[in-house]
Amino acid sequence: MIDPNLFQLICFYAFGAVTVISALAVITLRNSVHAVLALVLTFFSTACIWMLAEAEFLAIALIVVYVGAVMVLFLFVVMMLDIDLERLREGFVRFLPVGLVVAVVMLLEMLGLIGVRVMHAQTLGANPAGDSNTAWLGKALYSQYLLPFEIAALILTVGVVAAVALTLRQRTGVKHQHASQQVLVNPRDRVRVVKMAAERPVDAAPAQESQP
Amino acid sequence: MITLSHFIVLGAILFCIAVAGLFINRKNVIVLLMAIELMLLAVNINFVAFSRFGHDVAGQVFVFFILTVAAAESAIGLAILVLLFRNRSTVNVAEIDSMKG
Repeated sequence: MIDPNLFQLICFYAFGAVTVISALAVITLRNSVHAVLALVLTFFSTACIWMLAEAEFLAIALIVVYVGAVMVLFLFVVMMLDIDLERLREGFVRFLPVGLVVAVVMLLEMLGLIGVRVMHAQTLGANPAGDSNTAWLGKALYSQYLLPFEIAALILTVGVVAAVALTLRQRTGVKHQHASQQVLVNPRDRVRVVKMAAERPVDAAPAQESQP
Repeated sequence: MITLSHFIVLGAILFCIAVAGLFINRKNVIVLLMAIELMLLAVNINFVAFSRFGHDVAGQVFVFFILTVAAAESAIGLAILVLLFRNRSTVNVAEIDSMKG
């Protein structure tokens, strides 16, 4: 049976090696989509390292916020801009090997983390209060750091508004729907009721249809 | 046993890789943005390590705020990138020199 602390150290070295190698791949790969996938692997490995450091909340936040939102945004932009048109057009099969490698390495890392927890490795250092990491962080965040927390929310709102305002474009020659004008319109401007007799008296029959 | 220096060395390596990426990739703005993300990640690793080994929650709270600001930064940066590509049809840094004096 392997020593738990040694296994933890081996896991740290493995995750660190994956982090460094995928970071090197980010800056060296020519294809932007491959680079974004390598960056996803970097963030995932870093989250595993934070998990080893018992910063569980931040590790999950890194995966949810970065891998789930920011990296997907990067992928959207990279694919939307179609910088190298011919190579991106070749489609799914091109990106399959890189995606498979990323997924398999992530799986191995998760298995390693589970192994660390199962073997009951000695903890690096306990929280002073003895709480879980999330409770520890939450108590500080909602008491001592409440104002910076609110400012962070404000920064995110400003960021969203700025991003939308930057990319919004007014096209000319496009038929828009103006709801306010539609509501304010007067029915008499659109429909004119013409007063006329319901039927027209037949007083002068055509000559062709007269009696044979 | 993992020590503090393990984390700091890893953060230093990541930061150096990111700086090298900034210098190597002078063509692609997207890779430059990703290198900036890597730099922030390296700093965050240091913060987490110091928070854990110093038994202080402030480091992890600060990582939280760095994540927030980095998310806003990348959203605005990508919006600027989309705008730039729409107007100039390029992401080459060398060609974007209209403000050069």
